[in-house]
Amino acid sequence: MARQIGEVILEVEDLHTYCFTRFGTVKAVDGVSFNLRQGEALAIVGESGSGKTMTALSLLQLQPRPAARIVKGSIRLEGEDLLQKTEEQMREIRGKRISMILQDPQTSLNPVFTVGNQLIEAIRNHHAGETGRSLVRRAIEGLKQVRVAAPERRVEDYPHQISGGMKQRVVGAIAISCEPKVIIADEPTTSLDVTIQAQYLRLLREIQEETNLALIFITHDFGIVAKMCDRVVVMYAGRHVESGPVRDIFNHPSHPYTQALLRSVPSMDEDVKRLYSIEGQPPALWDLPSGCRFAARCEYAQERCSSEYPPSFTVGLNGSTHSASCWRLREST
Amino acid sequence: MQRFIAIRFLQSLLALWVMSIIVFGLARLSGNPLEVMLPIEATKEDYARLEKYWGLDRPLHEQYFVFIKKALHGDFGDSLKYQGRSAMELVTERLPATLELAGFALLVSIVVALPIGVLAAAAKDGKWDTGAKIVALLGQSLPSFWLGIMLMWIFAVMLDWLPSSGRSGWKNLILPGITLGWFQVAVIMRLVRSSMLEVMDSEFVKLARVKGISESKVIWKHCLRNAGIAPLTYFAIIAGGLLTGSVVTETVFTWPGVGLLVVDAVRSRDFQVVQAVVILFAGIFILCNLLVDIMYAYLDPRIRYQ
Repeated sequence: MARQIGEVILEVEDLHTYCFTRFGTVKAVDGVSFNLRQGEALAIVGESGSGKTMTALSLLQLQPRPAARIVKGSIRLEGEDLLQKTEEQMREIRGKRISMILQDPQTSLNPVFTVGNQLIEAIRNHHAGETGRSLVRRAIEGLKQVRVAAPERRVEDYPHQISGGMKQRVVGAIAISCEPKVIIADEPTTSLDVTIQAQYLRLLREIQEETNLALIFITHDFGIVAKMCDRVVVMYAGRHVESGPVRDIFNHPSHPYTQALLRSVPSMDEDVKRLYSIEGQPPALWDLPSGCRFAARCEYAQERCSSEYPPSFTVGLNGSTHSASCWRLREST
Repeated sequence: MQRFIAIRFLQSLLALWVMSIIVFGLARLSGNPLEVMLPIEATKEDYARLEKYWGLDRPLHEQYFVFIKKALHGDFGDSLKYQGRSAMELVTERLPATLELAGFALLVSIVVALPIGVLAAAAKDGKWDTGAKIVALLGQSLPSFWLGIMLMWIFAVMLDWLPSSGRSGWKNLILPGITLGWFQVAVIMRLVRSSMLEVMDSEFVKLARVKGISESKVIWKHCLRNAGIAPLTYFAIIAGGLLTGSVVTETVFTWPGVGLLVVDAVRSRDFQVVQAVVILFAGIFILCNLLVDIMYAYLDPRIRYQ
């Protein structure tokens, strides 16, 4: 079955998640908006500390509490406002409607329970009333779905008895076990070697085609973005700075940060002595400038950039979904 | 699993054997018992006669051989101090009381410390955590002789709810049990709390939450089983500590246990009794460690399948 991009199912608007610490307020997510359609694969790209993971955790309201709180914005899943839900109602949504694949497969599984046990736990939680044997059958089917060989035997294994790639597949099986509408994959392949990584990405792609679920792919690898995703949101210092279809972002990156990011990707055709890197450091999240956060590192920075935060401008023709927050774009339109 | 237990069992026997050599050696290093037993005006001949009688004139390895052979039959010789009574008899007479007290104290400390430690970690810096910190502080700073007397004063003298001394029923057990277990409560609780906090930070806990499992299941199922290893290690140590360290508590509550017997035996160089007690305690200690190792394997499959 081919993937069909359908209705918008997840709308995130102006999301702010702050961490309140003894040393001040860390603005981990500070104004992020994006939409996600059914069957679509959306990439959230940005360097470490730009708030990608915190955004993902906020969607499930699993940001590290009590320090971190969602202070502003809205998250709507199929029209329902998730921020109005109680903890109990959120539990019904986690795993069942929005699921997540965590970064590190080596530590994502509980070492003291069997693979089957951990899969069944997810399944049982959302299939009330099913008994032992049918749950085991479902677990085995789940493993089959992520192409685990000999799933009947694997359900009895403990995490330390299986390989890293296999663990990540099990984590994937847990994520899709309750047929969620949205899966957030938080750098799911960073700790896998390249071959396994390619296999895993292909698997995710296949699963997406089979189930037509929406995928949020958190990564900093543009290679993966190009291969896997339909649209991209670029984040910098807690805020989205550019978003649009993959093709547009690659062909016409409009925010200087996106341009710099793409320039730091090594190319196969050119022979470079030194890889490009962006000068300077991202601003401290507890002491953000009032203007554009990238201004201090931006080669096009003007006076206005450091005093006023730029609004989002549409890039290209009217009706285009490509937009970026940079004052330079106003001049060009 | 069976292989694991068999290997650990053999190791335990080896440990017990090494222990017997150490005990035998140390008892002899502590001085000549005859100096304590014989009056000051005793002659060289008196010494020689008694040495021969007790077998102390023979070479050490022979003495050890005799000792171990008899020990295997449960015979540790007669007490030097209490003439005519065997060391084993003196010890076994008092052992039940000590086991009872130590067992109760251990139970109290686990039943109290485990849930408080878990709750303190689950809501760090919350109400339970603050309470736990106070308990920990008091537990580790109040000496047991003071605590014992205070408990006795409040619950036996002022309120007259519980008996203050002796060993005539389950009520007698409460005050000494709490006195003895209190310190351990503090230590176990802190251990449980810190290892829980460590585990709660792990990715698999995050995944459990992502799955939509209730918070209580996350804490009591996913975290506790992983956090159990460190406190479990300590259980083996305190089990021994409670057995041997109850001298003060036994004194305060005139509890007829082994603690007092040992102190007395050491003071009067009563070899046989000291050896019997130490070997017995070592045996219990090693047994506790064996049980803990088996429990490790139960808790953590990575140990089971090594």
